[in-house]
This record gives sequence, structure tokens and C-alpha cells, in this order.
Amino acid sequence: MNLIIQNGRVLDPQSGRDEAADLLIEGDRIREVAPSGGMKLRDAEVIDVKGAWVTPGLIDLHVHLREPGQEYKEDVASGSRAATAGGFTSIVAMPNTDPVIDNGELVQFVIDRGKRAGLCRVLCCGAVSVGQKSERLAPFGEMKRAGAVAVTDDGRPVTNPVMMRRALEYSQDFDLPVLSHAEDAQLSGHGQMHEGVISTQLGLQGVPGVAEDVAVARDILLAEHTGGRLHIQHVSTARSVDLVRDAKARGVRVTAEATPHHFSLTHEAVMGYHTSTKVNPPLREGKDRAAVIAGLSDGTIDAIATDHAPHSSIEKDVAFADAMNGMIGLQTALPLALNLWRAGMPLLKVIALMTTGPARVLGLSTPAIREGALADLAIFDPAATWQLDDESNYSKSKNSPFWGRPLEGRVRATIVGGKVVYQYDRKPVWSVQH
Amino acid sequence: MIGGQHLLGMQQLDSEQINAILSTAQGFLQVSRRTIKKVPSLRGRTIITLFYEASTRTRMSFELAGKRLSADTVNISASGSSVSKGESLHDTVMTLNAMQPDAVIVRHPASGAAAFIANRIDARVLNAGDGQHEHPSQALLDMLTIRQRFGKLEGLKVAIVGDIAHSRVARSNLIGLAKMGAQVRVAAPKTLLPRGLVEAYQCTICPNVEAALEGADVVMALRLQRERMEGAFLPNLREYAIEYGISTAMLDRCNPDGILMHPGPVNRGVELSPEVVDGPRSVILDQVENGVAVRMALLYLILGGEPA
Amino acid sequence: MPRTVLDAKGISEALDAMAEAIASRPQDGPWAVVGIRRGGEPLAHRLVKRLTEITGKEPAVGTLDITLYRDDGFGPHEWPQVGITEIPFDLHAHTVVLVDDVLYTGRTVRAALGAILDYGRPRAVRLAVLVDRGLRELPIRADAVGLQIETQPSEHVDVQLEVTGAAADAVVVGERRPQEQGGDKK
Repeated sequence: MNLIIQNGRVLDPQSGRDEAADLLIEGDRIREVAPSGGMKLRDAEVIDVKGAWVTPGLIDLHVHLREPGQEYKEDVASGSRAATAGGFTSIVAMPNTDPVIDNGELVQFVIDRGKRAGLCRVLCCGAVSVGQKSERLAPFGEMKRAGAVAVTDDGRPVTNPVMMRRALEYSQDFDLPVLSHAEDAQLSGHGQMHEGVISTQLGLQGVPGVAEDVAVARDILLAEHTGGRLHIQHVSTARSVDLVRDAKARGVRVTAEATPHHFSLTHEAVMGYHTSTKVNPPLREGKDRAAVIAGLSDGTIDAIATDHAPHSSIEKDVAFADAMNGMIGLQTALPLALNLWRAGMPLLKVIALMTTGPARVLGLSTPAIREGALADLAIFDPAATWQLDDESNYSKSKNSPFWGRPLEGRVRATIVGGKVVYQYDRKPVWSVQH
Repeated sequence: MIGGQHLLGMQQLDSEQINAILSTAQGFLQVSRRTIKKVPSLRGRTIITLFYEASTRTRMSFELAGKRLSADTVNISASGSSVSKGESLHDTVMTLNAMQPDAVIVRHPASGAAAFIANRIDARVLNAGDGQHEHPSQALLDMLTIRQRFGKLEGLKVAIVGDIAHSRVARSNLIGLAKMGAQVRVAAPKTLLPRGLVEAYQCTICPNVEAALEGADVVMALRLQRERMEGAFLPNLREYAIEYGISTAMLDRCNPDGILMHPGPVNRGVELSPEVVDGPRSVILDQVENGVAVRMALLYLILGGEPA
Repeated sequence: MPRTVLDAKGISEALDAMAEAIASRPQDGPWAVVGIRRGGEPLAHRLVKRLTEITGKEPAVGTLDITLYRDDGFGPHEWPQVGITEIPFDLHAHTVVLVDDVLYTGRTVRAALGAILDYGRPRAVRLAVLVDRGLRELPIRADAVGLQIETQPSEHVDVQLEVTGAAADAVVVGERRPQEQGGDKK
């Protein structure tokens, strides 16, 4: 059965298209794109999405699916459901599971789980070092053959600079980017939140911004030295944004991502000891948040990535110092990103940061809405308000500071390879004609 | 009024409330000096002290305060309870809650733990020190001691000297003294000065201890925890004593009526030289006595009223 | 409308009568006069004067704060005033005269008895009140009463004294103001 998506505002960052248009989908491909009303009706299911926006499916570079090992927090299937409810058609699983994904078999396992869930495309990273211990390189070749799209020790930094050097060298043989959780673990010490006036008032040990800056600088210099492909994950400080910007200007092969929480919140959100705000890197100061947004605007930061990190009450319903880092983010990313547009960022730029940007970081084919492109699409109502709560949440976990707070911009439907994998509220969102 | 409220920190109190608590505490001093050191105000109430950190004086001070108000007090310490069997804080709190206490007095190494408990329990929670956050009863007893000497707090020059970064006593005093109009200055090794201190509190940072003591009405020395030697904050105790310790000669820089305070227990010969601990300016034992009175006042004011 | 039940002269005469009544009671040890804060305190000092004139010996004098002995706690919007008790003499040797301005439910006196016993064991305790307005809730009776009147629970008995800032000494009965509810108010 072919599908026609009618009367949506089609936003395609690759071509710059921004107009009311109809799409014809045949199988897993877009067959035709025509201005609204210009498409000849044929034997197809017609979906009228008047009022909604249609973009390429969103890509999340940075997701913790917790499988294998911590399925009480999330698994590949539940994470995929949350992703499609957030408009994502591709997500990239981090390897800091239990056991760590540091071999081809485990990469294959996660990818298989994703296929079995049958919702979005589940891509997988392999670890940089065996067991993420910064001691021995993981088998990049074996993991690449199993389908890994990048290597990273995310969740913890590569503490040993020699290990990072080798990873940046060896990864070039397999054309894998090295995703770096850039943090000097000794400088962050037992820190629980950003070091500043709020940590002083709350009596919480601080993680200084310089703990990130030092590591970003190190990794950039190593990338420059080795010629490797470096991607800085969850940039959170003004200084780190500057370091990436300068490195790009010098021609270093570096890319970067920022999370919705780092461009939406500051350390003031921690007041009251809300463990849902405990993340690594921590929520920073207003000037850092502004610098991250500037970096997203001027191309220094290539992608928005959620760092979706589910935790249960066991990890979060504890004193702040004892709580684990991380918040879920798959379903809140789009409304928070749209806030950037509401604050003045060009709309196609915002969409690019969640589609073409992350694709470029990983070297995936460019998502686009054009004839012959893969039919991975997100359809959303930009003005619809909703909240993340027990009814709307698809993750197994609830650790979000945005829980129960009004969000503007709601996904109406998500299409992966021409198939509708998510539709809002399970109500029919369109009329069906033949 | 603070009746029926939790006491989590000085942050929540205004100057009027602080004054009223201090005045009430002044009235309670008399009870502890009688032969029969007990009044019936909280007869039949149950007070639990829940201490996750070793503390003799604060726990005992609260326990005596409760007993002298005729409440029944039960002490739970981290060792020898289910706490040491790995029970989560949440589960411990729910278990205590089922026993229907009227007040729980909490000491915990995690900042924010008192608020965590207060959010989950029906009893009133009094923070007896949560991590490096707050220790409000200590600040109140310090302020009572100062007020007894000077008749006021407003306009007094108060020097806080020592490990500000890790001190909940310093934080509660910085908040409370600023609210009462005192002028607070601090002196500490740079490694033990937290970032954003001046922004967070109305205080000035002095370049050295001597400058902080110059003309001070009150000198508050902080206890130096031995574990600060480990995190490379300081080279050794001897150097700390020489460079940052307070001696008789240094105290001569104070106002002639200036007093010396310390929350205890004192590391003699480290933050204070032995002779100043017992010297004429020392009001350290007044602080201890005032501690019981302040805690009686807090328990009485929080639990003693009719339900709202 | 508030009515004056005792004027300055009346109060003076009432205190004379109270002193006579006390002095006529059997005495075990010297007298000590203890005013219940705060209404009884100034009256205690005046009673001491009268007793000195009658007996030729000046009794010891003290004040008793009963806040911590109240059986009703304090109101949710009230800062209780925990006052100072002053008993600058050995209670064991004395017969104590507790003095209060108004005797009403009897709960203040019960609290005062509890309080005084925590300071020591007097030979005996007597009770002197300027006004007994009835409406007792506890089995308590005064040994010396300046004025006995009948009142309604809705009424308020106000003892106004020059020493505490009133224009003139007087005892006035009026309607209770709305904020004064519950407790052992006068």
C-alpha cells in the first residue's frame, strides 16, 4: 500500500525546502514530492496532516538503552518506543552496558534487538577500550564488521591519553569516529554538580568547568596530531565551545554535540536537590548555556543529542550525593529544540541539528525529503502543548526534570522506512481514503 | 512562627524568626540550671535522633533538650542499625514514619539529606547537619552566645576562620549573621575557599587571618577535619597551625571585648593554640550550654503549639 | 458595653481584704509571695506591701512563669513568650502565696502549682486572686479573693494597672475580642 502525506509543511534542511507539500511514499522510499494539491490521487492511503510539520526523521547520536544488563531501567525495545514517540527514526546506543559492548557479538546483539523491536533504526557504538577500562583497545575491526558506527567509552572518560591517541589512530583504519566523553576525572573528583555559587550554597562538591575544558583540549590536540576523527560529546562549557570552534578553524577533524538539557537549563535547576537534574557533565552557568546555543547556531556544534540516560528510583530516589548521573530525553528533545527556534534560531537550522548534523558526524547518508530518499519522517504539531507523565512516557524510567512540566511541540506520527511506527495517542490522526 | 515546620536551614528563617527563637532559648537556659531540669511542655511526644555520622555533642545536646521538655527520645545511629545492613535512606525513613514520631533530628553526610527525609515523612524534621550544607541549630546557638555578650548582632564584625569550603557551620552562620545585619569576613587557605562565596553570601574575604581578626568583635574558628590532609588541600597540620592557627597574640588584634568561638570539638594546637581555648576570650563552653537551650527552644516552638 | 467592676479605690480595698484573708490563715514558716507572670506580678508586689504592714514582717517575693507548664500549647500564629522565673529564696522554708489577677478556668493555677513544685517543696501554697470570675474547669479554689463576679464565657476580664501602662487602675468586663479564643485567657 502506498502512502500519501498531504498538506504538511515540509521542512528539509538538505535542500532548504520549506513549503506546504504532499509526499508519495512507495515501499520504504519517497517516490514524489509536490506542492500541496499538485499530486494526482491514486491508489494510496492518504494522510492529511494539515497544521503539522514534516521533517526527515530525527537522529539521536547519544542514547543509553541499558541492554544488556540493566533492563529494569530500559531495554532496546522500550528505548525505541520512546525514541519514535519523540520523532526519532535512528538512535545510536552507547556501549556502557553490563557487560560493556566491547566486541562484535554484543554489537550484533544490540542491533538484532533493535530489528526485533521493529520501530526505529537502532545503531550501536563499540567501546574504545576493553571493559571501558582505558587499558587495552577493543577490537574496532570486529565491531565495525558487526555494524558499529563509532567507538566511545562514554559514561566515563578515556583517562589514559595514550589510549586516546591509539584510538584516534587505529579508528582511521576502519573509518570510525571516536566519540569522546571529555572529562578529566581527577579534576571532577567526587563532584556532584557544576562548581559555582549554587554548589557552594547547596554544600555539594563541585565539578569545575575546567575538568571538561582540559579534556576537550587534550583530545583536540591528539586529533590534530593523529589526524583521527574526533567527536566531542555533550559539550557543556563556554570554553569547550571555543576550543572546538578554534580547532575547526584550524582544520582539525572534530565535531561536537550538545544536549537539550545543557541548552535549556542551568545549575540553578539543581536547587532543591532534585536528583533528576544530576547529569554528567553537570548543568552549567548561564554564560555556558548561552555559549552552547551560540555554538549550535554558528556550526561549531554539529548536532543535538539527548544523552538519554534512564535510571530507576533505586538510582534516583536517594540523597543527591548518592544519585547516579543522567536524565531521559528522547521524548523531550524536540519540544526543547523548538525553543531554540522560538528564541530566534532559523527553523531549518534547528531541524538540521537533529537530522543532517548527526548524520554527518557518523558519516551516514544524508537524510532528506526528496524523490528516492529513504522514507524516514517525523510529523509534529509545533504548537501542541503536552507534558511528559505516566500516560505519555514510553521509557521505563522517569528521571527527567521536565517531568510534568508543559512542553510545546508534540510528535503526531513517526515513519520509518515508509511504515508508521508511532502515532500520537493511538487515535487515528488522519482520515483514510482509497 | 515556625510551629509545625521543618527546620532544614537558616535559609528558611527571617530575622524576626531568628530573634524570637533566640529570645525563647534565653528563657530555656534557666530550666537547665534548676535541680529539676524538666518541664512538661512536650510530654508524651516522641523524638528520634537519626545520626548517620558520629557526633557526641550534637546528638547529646538534642537528646537532653528533648528529655528536658519531657519528650521521649530514641537515638538511632548508623552503626548497629539496619542502616549498616544496606537499607536505603528512603526505606529507613518510611520505617521510621510508620512508628509515628513527632520529630526526627537528622545528621547525615549527604548535603540535602534533611530535605530528602522531610519530603517523605510526616514528622517534623530538624537538620542537625547535612553534609556540607547547613547546621542551623549550631548557627542559632552561636548567635545566642554572641547576643548574650553584645546584646545585639547588628553591626558586629564577625570573622570566620578556617575550612569554609567543607563547613556547614560556616554556611549556616554566613546566612544567619547576614540576615541579622552582622558584618562577616572570612579567612581561609585558598584551597578551602569555595567558589562564588561572596556572590552566595554577604561577606568579605580577607587576604589572611590577621586581617580578618583586625577589630573583630567575634572570632569563629572552624574545625579542621583531618581528612582535608588527603585531598591535597593542605600540606600538613603543622603548617596549617603556623599559617592559619589562632594564637593569643593574634587575638590581640580583635576588639578588646572580642570573643572567641569554636563549634567543637577543638583540635588543640591546630586551629586554636591551647592557651586561647581556655583563655579569657573563649566562650566555647557557653556555646555548649546555649546549645541545649536553643534546641529546647526549637523543639518547643516546632512541636509545642496547637495544631494549625 | 464594657463595664467597670472595680475602680482604683476598689482595687486598693480588695488588696487590703486579700492581705487580711491571707494573714488570717494558719502560717507554717515565713510568707513568700509569688506572682504568676504576667498579670500576677505587679499585684504580688502590692500584696507584699500590705502583708508587711499587717504582719510587721516583709515577705520574700518572687515571680513564676508558667508558659512551659500550660496544658494547651500555644496558637499556630503565636510566638510563646518563655519568661524568667525568679524565686530568690529557699522554697522549702516558706509558705507560698501564689498571686494572679483573675481566676477563671483554674488551668493557669494548675500549671503554676506544677511549676512551683519543680523549683522546690514549699511548706504550703495559698492562692490569692484579685478577681474570681467563676466558670471553673478544674477543682481549684482561691484562699483570698478581692472580688467575686459572675461572667459569661464570651466575656473578657481586663485588669488594668497604672504600673503596666494603663491610664488608671481598674477592672473592666467586656466582650471577648475575636482573636482571643481557646486557652486559659482571662
